[in-house]
Amino acid sequence: MATAETNRRSRPKFVAYLVPLAAVVVALGIGAIMLGLLGASPIEGFRAMLKGAFGSSDALIETALKATPLLFVGVGITIAFRANVINIGGEGQMVAGALLATAIALALPDLPAVVMLPTVLVAGIVGGAAWGAVPGALKAYYNVNEILSTIMLNVVAVQLMNYLLRGPMIDPGELERGTRIPQTARLQEGADLPLLFGGGRLHIGPLVAVLAAIGAYILLWRTPLGYRVRAVGLSPDAARYAGISVKRTIVLAMTMSGAMSGLAGAVLVFGSESHRMVTDGSTVGFTGSAGFNGIVAALFGGLHPLWTIPASFMFGGLLVGGIALQRAVQVPSALIMALNGLVVVFVVASDRWKKRLQEQPVHLDDVAPNPPPPRETVVDGGGGP
Amino acid sequence: MSDVPMLEMRGITKRFPGVLANYRVDFDVRSGEVHTLLGENGAGKSTLMKILYGLYQADEGEILLNGEPVEIHSPMDAIERNIGMIHQHFMLVETLTVAENVALGLPSDRGFRTDLDAVSERIEALAERYGLSIDPSAIVWQLAVGQRQRVEIIKALYREANLLILDEPTAVLTPQEVDQLFVTLRQMTADGRGLIFISHKLHEVLALSDRITVLRQGHITGKVPVEGATRESLAEMMVGRQVKLVPDKPPVEVGSAALEISGLRVVGDRGHETVRGLNLEVRAGEILGIAGVSGNGQREMAQAIAGLREVTGGSIRIGGVETTNLKPAEIRKHGLAYVTEGRLRDGAIADFSVSENIMLIDHADPRYLNRGLMDFRAIREHSQMLVDQYAVKTPNLETPAKNLSGGNIQKMILAREMSGTPTVLVASQPTRGVDIGAAEYIHSRLVQQRAEDTAILMISEDLDEVFALSDRIAVIYEGEIIGIVDPAAATREQVGLMMAGVRPEA
Repeated sequence: MATAETNRRSRPKFVAYLVPLAAVVVALGIGAIMLGLLGASPIEGFRAMLKGAFGSSDALIETALKATPLLFVGVGITIAFRANVINIGGEGQMVAGALLATAIALALPDLPAVVMLPTVLVAGIVGGAAWGAVPGALKAYYNVNEILSTIMLNVVAVQLMNYLLRGPMIDPGELERGTRIPQTARLQEGADLPLLFGGGRLHIGPLVAVLAAIGAYILLWRTPLGYRVRAVGLSPDAARYAGISVKRTIVLAMTMSGAMSGLAGAVLVFGSESHRMVTDGSTVGFTGSAGFNGIVAALFGGLHPLWTIPASFMFGGLLVGGIALQRAVQVPSALIMALNGLVVVFVVASDRWKKRLQEQPVHLDDVAPNPPPPRETVVDGGGGP
Repeated sequence: MSDVPMLEMRGITKRFPGVLANYRVDFDVRSGEVHTLLGENGAGKSTLMKILYGLYQADEGEILLNGEPVEIHSPMDAIERNIGMIHQHFMLVETLTVAENVALGLPSDRGFRTDLDAVSERIEALAERYGLSIDPSAIVWQLAVGQRQRVEIIKALYREANLLILDEPTAVLTPQEVDQLFVTLRQMTADGRGLIFISHKLHEVLALSDRITVLRQGHITGKVPVEGATRESLAEMMVGRQVKLVPDKPPVEVGSAALEISGLRVVGDRGHETVRGLNLEVRAGEILGIAGVSGNGQREMAQAIAGLREVTGGSIRIGGVETTNLKPAEIRKHGLAYVTEGRLRDGAIADFSVSENIMLIDHADPRYLNRGLMDFRAIREHSQMLVDQYAVKTPNLETPAKNLSGGNIQKMILAREMSGTPTVLVASQPTRGVDIGAAEYIHSRLVQQRAEDTAILMISEDLDEVFALSDRIAVIYEGEIIGIVDPAAATREQVGLMMAGVRPEA
């Protein structure tokens, strides 16, 4: 009967979440072919990769540390993207946050440790927030495309960093020795990120990042501000109609987004092993591309702050494991970069399929009972002129 | 004329995943008649016509043209078999002339070159025969909507369509243009053509049709000759129960002016002034209906009242308070509620849940906050109350608005807007594209709100609705109110003339 035929085949919701995972698997599959072509054993390589990323407590710590900036940036990106602002400026915002935090630490070396650590972290937040607010305001008030402005501000931030670390902020020791390595002096110990579990390398960074993700979740789904951010992102017209200031919300979203990346930058500096800020002069030397990879982690996490936590951890593992893979099967490091690039491309491209799978139209009319058989008997009127 | 119908569709069944669009539908058209397909959105009218026009293939059933079974695989097939379709959204190239549009896609005697003079000549002949005054050399973008429709009809006639499908052809026309169109259509049937008329405007259906077939949820629920059919009987077949087309309106003591607009000037999207010195007063406890052809400044006026568009001249007062150019949120605080014409453009957010949409205005109201965080229990209670009160059909409060039908989205918006007992309610096209049942409900709600002393400004392109609900009708033309009439005393023709810019004799 017709009624039975109208029953919809429904798809469980989690299927959509498997799409990015499948994308990673496909990317790794292509990586396996590349390994094979280079004469290396893909199985051996991937085994080394898994072991290097998740196979021991040292590996897990390394992965967590690598994941930390990804998570911060990813959470920030999530906030901006939810307001429909495509923030590609994670790199610049990280650098800006790190620079301000480092400058404060250098300028106020005598602060007691209790004050020092919160101060530099807040400075990181402020630096990144400012670097995010500028493109936010340009978009909101002058309709400047945020993708272009954030990318350009990345370059500005990196050049500013290169200048400051070669000039005003350089380690005086480098000048004395004449080596002129562009890095600051060893920053005050009070600003070192406290280590977890007594020694080792694991500092509080990953923990703070997870807390930031939870905070962003609460912000987006439990506060009026977060509601406004999502409303503006989904429909600026409806938001405006409801009396929400679209411009202000866009600026605020970009400010918060930048703040997260700025914090990532500060954590990178004060959680580093050298406890200095260093530049190699390139655009990604200091951040390790976390400003870009964080975007991928955010997309991988479905632009949801909580899902971004495992997504960042997985992506961190990929980065750490890649190095282990390279050592184990002796392939050029360019291959690892290519592998990561493949994962990025596949994850970003798979977003479309994920969205399509999430579309599950429910027609109320289907739920309603079918109409009765014709009540009006057919009267063939004939018509005609 | 033979007894064999021009068209016979037998037992047409068409399924889409999860939806039965047509179920064993029989439909036929004889030469020289207008056979109307009537039904609500999603009843299966369009599907049936798309099958006939070759855009879809039926799962079951057959199509016979002049008694011969045929297979129609594409619109090309359909056109070859002299079937024409006038789409609701015109399929014209705006930068080409009328003649070029008509010639587009047709073979030419001159090989690669088109003989436009010959085309123009035939257009003129057709235009004269069917009363379709049109200049073949006019460029389409310069033409008014009604003229563009004539181009579409000429296109079909030029291709020698004998069987013409008209998909809601009157939706965009003024009453005068509708009359003109009907004259043309009658001439076409007199020449032996068969017409399939798709519409949900009941008085037009009664005026034009010879026979009427009613569809509901893919099934035929009625097939009647026009003689003896009434608006009520047709509406009942469409909805499946008795419907009140004109709501009961108990008399209400009209209060003082709640919305005062004087000398209002507003600039439209294209930089032209679209509201030009408009004066209007709506009093507490009345429904003032604005009649007008779309594009005469209604939208801009409503947006200006709500603070969504800058007022360049004049003033707006709500409840005696000047609100000209205040921010939308401030104007709302002075007692304005606004149902926009764009349900899912600005009235609601498609990807937000029902509950989130209901909170669109009040999401930061202390009543729904608990220590700075949104109080989901209070929000759920409030939303559930409104959903129940306004009979919004939704699986639950977390369902995204986009999964609701148009009527239910509109009821949800209305519930939100009226929950604060507004001083002034501006309702733009409150029932456009909404099924009859929901429209009936929305009308009764508006009448109820009027009894609570809200001043209601209702903008509608549906004259039936304007006449059924309004206490006074103001006609807008080129950004001005050119007259206000009493619906009990005025006729549709009078209002129609005013909509076309003819000022009433004072």
